[in-house]
Amino acid sequence: MATTVGTRPLTKTGIGGGSKPRGPNGNGAPKTNGHERQFPDIQSSANRYRIGMWVALASILMMFTALSSAYIVRAASANDWQPLKMPRILLLSTALIVISSGTLEAARRKWKDTVKKGHRRWLLLTIALGVGFLVSQLLAWRQLVRQGVYVASNPHSSFFYLLTATHGVHLLGGLAALAYLSLRKRAPQNDQLAVAKSQAGADAVTLYWHFMDFLWLYLFVLLFFVR
Amino acid sequence: MSGETHEAVHRHEAPTSFIRKYIFSLDHKVIGIQYIILALAAVLVGMTMSVLMRLKLSWPGTSWSILGTLFPTGAPGGIMNPEFYLSLVTMHGTIMVFFVLTTAPQGGFGNYFLPIQIGAEDMAFPFLNMMSFWVTFVGFIVILAAIFVEGNATIANSALGVALGGASGVTVGPIGGWTGYAPLSAVGVAAGPGQGAGMNLWIVSIAIFCVGSLLGALNFITTLLNMRTKGMTLMRMPLTCWAWFTTAVLALLSFPVLLGGGILLLLDRIVGTSFFIPGGLVFGSSVLTKHTGGSPILWQHLFWFFGHPEVYIAILPGMGATSHILSTFARKPIFGYRAMVFAIFAIGLLGFFVWGHHMFISGMSPYSAMTFSILTLSIGVPSAVKTFNWLGTLWGAKIRFTTPMLFAIGFVSLFVAGGITGLVLGQTSLDLPMHDTYFVPAHFHLVMGVASIFGMFAATYFWFPKMFGRLMNERLGKLHFWITFVGVYCIFVPMHTMGMVGMPRRYAQFTEYRWLDSLHPLVVFVSIAAIITVLTQIVFYFNLVWSIFKGKKVGANPWEATTLEWTTTSPPPHDNFAGVLPVVYRGPYEFAVPGAPNDFVMQTEPDSSKVPVTEGVGGNGHNGRH
Repeated sequence: MATTVGTRPLTKTGIGGGSKPRGPNGNGAPKTNGHERQFPDIQSSANRYRIGMWVALASILMMFTALSSAYIVRAASANDWQPLKMPRILLLSTALIVISSGTLEAARRKWKDTVKKGHRRWLLLTIALGVGFLVSQLLAWRQLVRQGVYVASNPHSSFFYLLTATHGVHLLGGLAALAYLSLRKRAPQNDQLAVAKSQAGADAVTLYWHFMDFLWLYLFVLLFFVR
Repeated sequence: MSGETHEAVHRHEAPTSFIRKYIFSLDHKVIGIQYIILALAAVLVGMTMSVLMRLKLSWPGTSWSILGTLFPTGAPGGIMNPEFYLSLVTMHGTIMVFFVLTTAPQGGFGNYFLPIQIGAEDMAFPFLNMMSFWVTFVGFIVILAAIFVEGNATIANSALGVALGGASGVTVGPIGGWTGYAPLSAVGVAAGPGQGAGMNLWIVSIAIFCVGSLLGALNFITTLLNMRTKGMTLMRMPLTCWAWFTTAVLALLSFPVLLGGGILLLLDRIVGTSFFIPGGLVFGSSVLTKHTGGSPILWQHLFWFFGHPEVYIAILPGMGATSHILSTFARKPIFGYRAMVFAIFAIGLLGFFVWGHHMFISGMSPYSAMTFSILTLSIGVPSAVKTFNWLGTLWGAKIRFTTPMLFAIGFVSLFVAGGITGLVLGQTSLDLPMHDTYFVPAHFHLVMGVASIFGMFAATYFWFPKMFGRLMNERLGKLHFWITFVGVYCIFVPMHTMGMVGMPRRYAQFTEYRWLDSLHPLVVFVSIAAIITVLTQIVFYFNLVWSIFKGKKVGANPWEATTLEWTTTSPPPHDNFAGVLPVVYRGPYEFAVPGAPNDFVMQTEPDSSKVPVTEGVGGNGHNGRH
């Protein structure tokens, strides 16, 4: 993501160490000495939330990649793998979280438009759907426990409990962020920095939630349709 | 300047209360120093353990009465038992790799200097930065607790270890090496001494450490991408910033894998899953029936996928600091800046594809081994680029042999000496016989241990005047350098010989192996060198503390360096630049520029042709009239 567009010098000469000769206008130095305009302008100051979220998602993605590769390797390493029958209620979970992405998107659009009202309603709906998802996941656990399938029962059940729990914990973080957003007051329109920050924060939370949505779809497919 | 942007610059005011200022501080400079203090404390523990190991190896039958008093069951009669030694190996490795080599270079110096060098007033997320340190600190407490819990009767006679799942009482911590290989680490108390509650805490500590490092990495990357000051293009950043950035990317992508692996390992131990434990394992006289089908090699893959980038996490900041310091004291631009940047990135990138070279003896397919081997050897290319560029920087220079410069040159020496044996171990056919010998510890101690530490010594002597406004004592610094430099070679070069003879690593004593008797004088020599080198570090610690109060006071730029940290006061104010962010006009290493009045040009100095002469006061005090 371009973060400093418009404040960087446009030319690319004079790179590093002075090992290249500098022309009369050298180095593409900015026209001004910068003291009349501070560098971290509003938009790039707020952008850190979006960048930070992308970076955080990269690390979460790596963790699930590691667990997925463990899943695939473990499934192939011995013949004790007994695939679970999918608890039907997981279809409900899936539906709830997919819908919640849509409602959150609606909330974010309203939030970005500083005039429109009603973002909170959509946020609360998203939270309800998120809680519904978690409850539905817990019900799936309970179904399995009733059937006598526990964490250590067989490798597939171990991975099922582990992956759903890890995803659930991450989703709880998302719920906390949504709760924070819904409790927060709208930034006053004349405070540009506060508006930019709150929009960037809303974008970051939305991004996280969508990621959790896709992550669940991926885990669902991995757990019950791959092996 | 509008009101909003003003607020953006002074996002948080300087705190006044002691706790907010020094303990739970949001200031990246304070957090950096906290990380350095943590590393200084951890390294004392790690070094003490290495000395104990040397005592056991060189004088296996000698009774050390103080040990007998401190560890009545671990070293009965003052003679360490083998389990005691193995737990020392484990804890020495773990503490050094995680709490010294990962904290000081990145969390310490990176935290303190990355924001200043790119002209930012703090990190992007100061609160996360604070959390990153305190989470890491908790990790350190937990690893210390692992020593006490597993060592239960050894150290303090408490019921804690027993309550937490058993303690053998003959160790000072878990046994498993810093790699914690399964299934030994996965089974629990049934697997023998050092496999009880201490091992649980070991895993928990590493997991906590992962979280702390991830928070830090997130902050570093966002800060560097988002908060560079006006004119600070990517290719004008000091090489230190490139190194910290690459390190942060490595940490961001590798620690989650270890975290995932750690969770699986803990589940195997506590819940009874079988991720890593195969069926039918026999311990003593009993067969494990609870587990089936797990894959111990899977743990090795997960661990080394993290473990190899981790060694670059340890050394890349040292490379950055070395480049920075060599250029400054050679009074020459760094040779091939662009190539240096690409080499750092190439090393970081390749670091993700070579983990298998730690597992050549695991029985992997020869074809995978060959792939890993070729990729491993190809890291030699960017490493050689860096080495040649360091030599090119030194070539024909009027070198100022200050203490930081000596340590930076020492870094280059150790990096070459330790790296060259990487070419040996990177080849499957040579690694197979060498793998479990002293050749491997010799290799990695020189290159990732000592070289990284030399980078940090260089950084400490170099940036100390910026952090405290005083110089460290040069005479003591040089004494410290020469003894340490000669000392580490005396320790680790003979270890290569031992390895080639076939002396196995991780053995507590060699008294039963008569064919290694001829090596014993060498073992004693290494131990004496190690003890002298460790004692010399007292000079460093003394110099550090003494110089904070009594060092020679200096101005903002004692080394006549060019980068942004030298434009602000020493120590820098709370927001680093007293409210006015610097503007950057040129690259970071403009030394000996033809036609310039001084032999160095600060990054903040505008070109004289562009700025009215009355305004152009550069950071080095000259007024811009060329």
